[in-house]
Amino acid sequence: MADTQNMNSRRDALKTMFRGAGLLGLGGAAWGTTAIKLKASELTLRPPGALEEKRFVKACIRCGTCVEACPYDTLQLATLDDHTAIGTPFFKPRLIPCYMCPDVPCVPVCPSGALDVDVIAKQIDGIKSEEPDINKAKMGIAMLDQEACLAFWGIQCDACYKACPLLGEAITLEFKRNERTGKHAFLKSVVHCNICTGCGLCEHACVTEKAAIFVLPRTIATGKVGEHYIKGWDKADEERLKNLKEEKAVKSSPEDELNDWEYLLDDD
Amino acid sequence: MMTNIIKRNRYLILRRTTQLGLLILFGGANWWGWKFLMGNYSSAYVLETFYLADPHAVLQTFATGFVMSADAIIGAVIVLVFYALIAGRSFCSWVCPINMITDLATWMRKKWKITKKESFFTFSRKTRYWVLGLGILLSPFVGVAAFEVINPITMLHRGIIFGFGMGWAVIVALFLFDLLLVEYGWCGHLCPLGVFYSATSRFSLIKVKHDVEKCTMCMKCFDVCHEEQVLHIVGEQSGFIKDECSNCGHCIEVCDDNALKFSINNYKI
Repeated sequence: MADTQNMNSRRDALKTMFRGAGLLGLGGAAWGTTAIKLKASELTLRPPGALEEKRFVKACIRCGTCVEACPYDTLQLATLDDHTAIGTPFFKPRLIPCYMCPDVPCVPVCPSGALDVDVIAKQIDGIKSEEPDINKAKMGIAMLDQEACLAFWGIQCDACYKACPLLGEAITLEFKRNERTGKHAFLKSVVHCNICTGCGLCEHACVTEKAAIFVLPRTIATGKVGEHYIKGWDKADEERLKNLKEEKAVKSSPEDELNDWEYLLDDD
Repeated sequence: MMTNIIKRNRYLILRRTTQLGLLILFGGANWWGWKFLMGNYSSAYVLETFYLADPHAVLQTFATGFVMSADAIIGAVIVLVFYALIAGRSFCSWVCPINMITDLATWMRKKWKITKKESFFTFSRKTRYWVLGLGILLSPFVGVAAFEVINPITMLHRGIIFGFGMGWAVIVALFLFDLLLVEYGWCGHLCPLGVFYSATSRFSLIKVKHDVEKCTMCMKCFDVCHEEQVLHIVGEQSGFIKDECSNCGHCIEVCDDNALKFSINNYKI
């Protein structure tokens, strides 16, 4: 009799354990997937000095001190409707762009290290200093929709060019003859990705109904050629080729070489 | 009469004063550029000299593999030490803005006589310890501080200071959950931050002390306590109220026998 009672209580204990583990799994799966969804933020423009997006979302403690430090009300904290990690700072340049304060007040107040002076450190004699240099910011890249840009129609507009804080560097004007009229010129804006900070002053200044020039995060707006393309005309890049060969030589094993030509024997 | 009402609600008045006062100080930073308390409860920049930070958030971030800057870590240690050694789980009833929402739900529950029996589902108060553990365990897998992306406390606090968006719906849901589904549902059953503080502040200085000699077993304290289980010594032995007690002082206010009062922990009983 006592034995069956023990058996029953043991069975009950096991049942409770399994039920608990199941509920924990259910909760973990629901919570985990929600968290992944709620942190998705690839299309967000971050303040200057922000870490790379994945690390930034981990690092940001969501306190909003950067938002309060910004003298132009550029930065906002994401709410549930902002399609980016909730509570993290971002900006919409069409509303308010980043005005590129030389002292970058939003960065040094960050307690967590999500905004890091080191990311935008001023180079003095080639050495990183502890001073921020706002022109080193990489918040995004201005993209230009040529179809919607008045300058590409042949109408004179250099609003974005004039608005650019790195005038003549991040955006330059390309002069082209307008064959349609035969006596006018195109003054086309060209964005230089390696210099553009993504401040969005161009997007803010653009005169079209929906901005023809607009900032996208660098991860979205940049491509990547890949290691296997080498600029044959560039000495430094040629050097890379040498290093690559050595790496390959070290890595390849007899098995690898076999696999390289084995497919030739395959009937299919 | 008036003095009686004030006396009956003395800790409630004090609690609302600190809760609202802190909110106004934080809000003032964003609305009017005050420099007393910038930021919010995740991390606060105090008088432009040092930081305070939410130790629970810093811990979750640590679990994702990111070690925050010294500013945030020192800030978290200050907060943790303050509650652990001095104030106990006071954050919940003296600071947390959600407390005002759930207190309102509780008050309406009592007014409309929605009793425990009418709740069509119940679950254990221990659930919040699992939520606490799960949040830290999940953080490395989801690559973000897992509780911080769903945290209604900071959602409410950020909402008031920086703007809500749709966040207000979460707060309404939480209010209705407490009002209609589970008594003390959020704070007493689910919130991991509360038990994070109660677990770390077991040996805090400020605790409610019970004097069994004076107790007449009127049970009024049980009626008002949000964490009834902590009152297990009442009427049985003198000692300090421990565990999940949030030092709200409600039991002291209703006690007609002076059997409960705030006291300094002597670490003996």
